[in-house]
Amino acid sequence: MAPDPQPAATPTREATRGPWAQAGRRFLRNRAAVLAAVVFVLIVLFVLAAPLWASHVADTGPNRNHTLEKIEVDGEERDVVSVEGLPIGPQWFAAGGKFFLGADGRLGRDEMVRLMYGGRTSLLVGITAALLTTALAIALGLLAGYFGGWVDTVIARTLDVIWSLPVFLIGLAIGVSLAIGGLELGPVELSGGSLLIPIGIIAVFSVPYVARPIRGQVIALSKMEFVEAALAQGASPLRLMWSEILPNLASTIIVFATLTIANSMLFEAGLSFLGAGVQPPSSSWGLMVSSGVGLLNTQPLLAIVPGLMIMVTVLSLNVVGDGLRDALDPRSGVEIEARAGTVPVEAPEGAL
Amino acid sequence: MARFAVRRLLGLVAVLFFVSVLLFVVFTVLPAQNPAQQLAGKNSTPQLVASIEEEWGFNDSVPEQYLSMMGKVLTGELVSYRPEVNVLEQIVERVPATLSLSVGAAVIWLVFGLLLGYLSAVHAGGWLDRLLTGVAIAGISIPVFLLAPVLLYFLSYDSGIFPSGGYVPLAEDPWEWFTHLILPWFTLSVLMIGIYGRVLRSNMLDAMNEDYVRTARAKGLSERRVMTRHVLRNSLIPIVTLFGLDFGATIAGTAIITESLYSIDGVGSYAAQATANFELPPVMGVALYGAFFVVLFNALADVAYAYLDPRVRLGETPQS
Repeated sequence: MAPDPQPAATPTREATRGPWAQAGRRFLRNRAAVLAAVVFVLIVLFVLAAPLWASHVADTGPNRNHTLEKIEVDGEERDVVSVEGLPIGPQWFAAGGKFFLGADGRLGRDEMVRLMYGGRTSLLVGITAALLTTALAIALGLLAGYFGGWVDTVIARTLDVIWSLPVFLIGLAIGVSLAIGGLELGPVELSGGSLLIPIGIIAVFSVPYVARPIRGQVIALSKMEFVEAALAQGASPLRLMWSEILPNLASTIIVFATLTIANSMLFEAGLSFLGAGVQPPSSSWGLMVSSGVGLLNTQPLLAIVPGLMIMVTVLSLNVVGDGLRDALDPRSGVEIEARAGTVPVEAPEGAL
Repeated sequence: MARFAVRRLLGLVAVLFFVSVLLFVVFTVLPAQNPAQQLAGKNSTPQLVASIEEEWGFNDSVPEQYLSMMGKVLTGELVSYRPEVNVLEQIVERVPATLSLSVGAAVIWLVFGLLLGYLSAVHAGGWLDRLLTGVAIAGISIPVFLLAPVLLYFLSYDSGIFPSGGYVPLAEDPWEWFTHLILPWFTLSVLMIGIYGRVLRSNMLDAMNEDYVRTARAKGLSERRVMTRHVLRNSLIPIVTLFGLDFGATIAGTAIITESLYSIDGVGSYAAQATANFELPPVMGVALYGAFFVVLFNALADVAYAYLDPRVRLGETPQS
């Protein structure tokens, strides 16, 4: 946390800029955060390029089998899957980009193509779940923090309960149950392989980590003078929450959303690794590690490369999130690492 | 104190009830597919499906099914579909492996995490602090999905230093038990060593600014004594709650993944295998018993915290 280098008495150019422009400049000065942001953008471009690579370089799809095929490597014919059932190793560009990272197992699917498509799934699940979590958390945090009383009691207790649960284990159980049977809930009908199942599980179980700090901030904000002023002018509760309180939560929300993407991706990887998240034939990085571990002895990269992708993505998001926090509010010590943050910071009960 | 404990344990019962209802709904009410159909297999006759429905009680009303399920869970009579074996017995058989893994890892992460945090805090700002901070951040950043394959490949398959997985009971051969568990222990504890190191460091740095530390120094106590008896001691209190949460979360989270990665036949890999075979009762059993354990452990940690820090039970907000 760098101290603000602005003890200036006279307004400098810096101070005449808007707060967002200032935050942007602070972020750009943080080299680690900028580097991490670049890495994350590269990863996004990498997975977006999946169809291009698949059709122009690898000439195959993520789920196409090549078990009995041969490819030409430096003018030599080689089996994609050997007689013993072992997949071909990384070819890099020896086969014109085909099987860049080798084949993924008995089915002889192109590992590189699967890595790119799998990354799409992992990122899609992570980002969608994080957006959903954030939206739910904002709604619950605003309601609980603004209204207080029994509304707050109900919401806060529910969040406490979810917080104390072994969410991964329960998520696993729910994931497998819904993956078998699909979901039928009134008008909502999902097949077992739907991505919405892992997204929903991850989103709901992550809500307390974001909603609790938001609730705390709302409680503090609703006692501020500008809120009282708006109230005195006859603003409705909805208007107070929407246009007085919410804009002041923007920086917290941005920071938490970024960090929640990282956590959601780890959650997804764990569920998929155990078979309760993304369902085959779709691939995701967690699923790829799980299938690669069986071939660790002969083709270690099959497990290590997707594992590395998970780490780089999560790490870049965490560094960007930290950088955003420092840039948006250089003075605040917002507790980000929810679990690691010792006793959760809560406003005294019965406030308001 | 006793009142705090009683209140906390009553809350625990409510949470467990909530968990059981949640899991029951998820397992029996939500799925679109009839579980009897799944049991009977793809080429089943309607008669077979009907008889299975009758036998397993899938036709009963929802509250009846819930009661019968909870009855089975509480009396330990939950039975898996195929093969039909008692779930509780299967779990109990595997508890030693899971406990060996998680308790061992917990000891390692506490010892090294606290050591790392203490050294960082005492030498805050120095080269040792920066080095240890680097180590902690690396530990926090590496997911088990990467760490385990890398360790397994380089330290086991490639060089043969460690066995490549499996579990040997302690009673059978203590040395083999130990060598088989080294990599899994390391995998499971690396993240926590990093986190605990960071948490203890920041707790201690906060505590160093407290008045009682200044008083202790003014009394002329040695720096070492101030650090261990005053700063460290008070900084450890929040770690108790943290440990209660993390130990449970680890057993019910990363440990499952770690067990599967190292083919340790523990409770977690039992659940993972059942997941892969789409077997509901074992998953249900592990989730419920696991939730019971985790929630109970959290409650105990809270009570311990209240015992250590009287402000909690007196209803004041702790400073940290």
